[in-house]
Amino acid sequence: MTVNQAPWPLRFGWVALLLLAVAAPWIVSPYELSLLGRFLAMSILAIGLVLVWGEAGILTLGQGVFFGLGGYVLAMHLKLAALNPGDIPDFMTWSGRSDLPWWWQPFTSPLVAITAVVVVPGVIAAMFSWLVFRRRVVGVYFALITQALALCFATLLISQQESTGGFNGLTDFSTLFGFDLAAKGTVWTLYWITVILLTLSYLGVRWLMRSRFGTMLRATRDGENRVRFLGHNPTPYKVVAFTVSAVLAGIGGALFTLHAGVVSPALVGVVPSIEMVIWVAVGGRGSLWGAVAGTLLVNFAKDEISSAMPDAWLYALGLVFILVVTLMPRGVAGVIEDALRRLRPVAPAGKKATITSPAGLGGAP
Amino acid sequence: MTTVTPAADLNPQLLLSVDGVTVDFDGFKALNGFSMTLDRGTLRVLIGPNGAGKSTLCDTIIGRVRATSGHVYFKGEDITHLPEYQIVQRGICRKFQTPGVLPGLTVLDNLLIAAHRERRWWRSLTSAASPAERARADEVLEKVGLAERRDMLACELAHGEKQWLEIGMVVATDADLLLLDEPTAGMGPAETSKTAQLIHSLLGRHAVLVIDHDMSFVEQLGGRVTVLHQGQFLKEGSVAQIRQDPDVAAVYLGRSEH
Repeated sequence: MTVNQAPWPLRFGWVALLLLAVAAPWIVSPYELSLLGRFLAMSILAIGLVLVWGEAGILTLGQGVFFGLGGYVLAMHLKLAALNPGDIPDFMTWSGRSDLPWWWQPFTSPLVAITAVVVVPGVIAAMFSWLVFRRRVVGVYFALITQALALCFATLLISQQESTGGFNGLTDFSTLFGFDLAAKGTVWTLYWITVILLTLSYLGVRWLMRSRFGTMLRATRDGENRVRFLGHNPTPYKVVAFTVSAVLAGIGGALFTLHAGVVSPALVGVVPSIEMVIWVAVGGRGSLWGAVAGTLLVNFAKDEISSAMPDAWLYALGLVFILVVTLMPRGVAGVIEDALRRLRPVAPAGKKATITSPAGLGGAP
Repeated sequence: MTTVTPAADLNPQLLLSVDGVTVDFDGFKALNGFSMTLDRGTLRVLIGPNGAGKSTLCDTIIGRVRATSGHVYFKGEDITHLPEYQIVQRGICRKFQTPGVLPGLTVLDNLLIAAHRERRWWRSLTSAASPAERARADEVLEKVGLAERRDMLACELAHGEKQWLEIGMVVATDADLLLLDEPTAGMGPAETSKTAQLIHSLLGRHAVLVIDHDMSFVEQLGGRVTVLHQGQFLKEGSVAQIRQDPDVAAVYLGRSEH
C-alpha cells in the first residue's frame, strides 16, 4: 500500500481519461491517431520502468533491447505473412540470401510470434538479470551493463544485414492475421487493443506495487543490505521486477511496430533507451499515471520540435532532463500531486496510510 | 583435522560460540584467534578501543566478513560460511552502527518486513501479513515506544527514534541472538538510559550482544563485559571488575579518561 492516497481528482480523473482515449479515433485526425497509438504503446514500456526504476530503484539503460525484441519478433511474422509460399523476404534476396534462416521459420505461425513477443524478452531478461543481480551488481554498474547490452543489440542487428534487415530494419508490412494493415478498421482496432493492453498493464503493475511484493521492492531500493540482514533474499524480487518490465517493453515494442509500420536499430539502441528513461523521469518515476503522461508529453513535444527544427530536439530533450532532475525530482506527477494536495487535503495526516489488505487472507502457512 | 562442535551437548544453554576466529585483511589481523561463547537469553557487552575488532566480530558472525580461519557455531551448527540471509534465518539479527531503517517505508512496514516469517518471494504476491505477524509488529511498536509513529515514513523520524526503530526491526525478526552495534550512537543521556531499559526488557527471550564504548551506557546495562584489544580477547568480567582491571585501564579506560 502506498503511503499517500492519490488526491481525489486523480482517483476519478482516470475514468474521463479512459473514455477520451477510447473515443480518440472519432476526435483526432488519422495522423494524430497514429502518433497517439505509438505513444500509448511506448507508455506500456514506461509503466514497466516505473516498476523497475521507480519502485525497485534499478536504473536500466537497456530497455530498448526488450522493446526491440518484441518489435522484431512480430515484424518477422509480418514479413513472412506477406509472402507467397516458398518466397523469402525482399531484403534477404537483395543481400544475396536464397533461403530463410532457420530461426525465422517458426515465426510463420502467428501464435508463435505473439507468444514470442512476451516470452523472448521475458526469458532473456530473467536470465540476464539473474546472473547480474546474483553477483550483486547494483546502481551505476548495472546501468552501464544494460547500456552495453543496448549497444551490442543494435550493433548485432546492423551487422546481420541479410537476416535482420540491417540498418533499415524490417518494414513494409501489409497484413496482420489476414487483416489489411492499411484499412481504417484494422488501424482503429489496433489502437483500441493498445488502449486495453495499456490499461491492463497499468492495473497489473499497480496491483504488484500494492502487494507485499511492492513493499519488498521499495525496501530493497531503500536498503538492499538491510533487507538481506533481515533474512530476505532480495535477488528474486529484483529479477521478477526486471523481467516484468522487459515483458511490458516487449509488448510495447510489438504494438509500436504495428502502429509505426517499421522496427529498426534506430529505435532500440543506446540513445532511444536513454530517451525511455527520460520520458519516465519527466513524468515522475514513482507514479504510473505520471509515466504515461511523461511519455505522451515528451513524444508529442518531440514530434512538434523535430518537424519545426530537426536539429533542436536533442538539445531540448537534454535541457528538459536537466531541469526535471534538478527542479522536480518527482517529475510532473510530483508537482501536480503536491499542488492538488495543497488545494484540498484528503485526510488528516495520521490517517494517510491505511492497510487495506484483509488480515485474514493468506498469511503464515 | 576434525573440528569438534564446542560443548553444545555439555551446556544446553550455549547459543553462540566463536572459536578461534581470525580475520585477515591483507596482512592486518582485525581479529586474531578470538574466541567467546554466549548463552541463550543473556546479555554480553563487547568493549574495546577503536579498531579493536568489535564491528569485525559482528560482521563475521552475521556473514558480512568471512573468517580467514576459525569457526562460528550457532546452536551447535557451523554457520561460518552460510550466506547472510540464511544466517539470519537461523536466528541471528544485527543492528548496524548507522541506523539502517528503510526510509521510504512506514514505520509499520519496516517492522512487518522484519516480522515476516514467509520469505519465499512468490508468496509476497498473494499473502498479506498474517495476524500473528501484525500482532508481533504492534507488540514491538509498543516496546520501542513508536506506537504513535506507526504510519509515519521512517525518514521522518528523529535520529534516536530511527535507532529504536532499527532495534525494533531486529527484535521483530524474533531472532535468538541480537547483535546491537553502538545502539546509542548520537543519543542524549535520557534516550541512552531508555535504550538500556529497552535492552533489558529483551533479555530472556533473546540473547543480546551489545557493542559500545560509552562507559556510562555500559554501566547502565550491567551484565558481563568482554574486552577486545587488537583483535584479541583481553578480559571478561562484570562492569566493576573490568573497571578495576589494570590491563583494561591501560589499553582502554585509561585512554578514554584523560
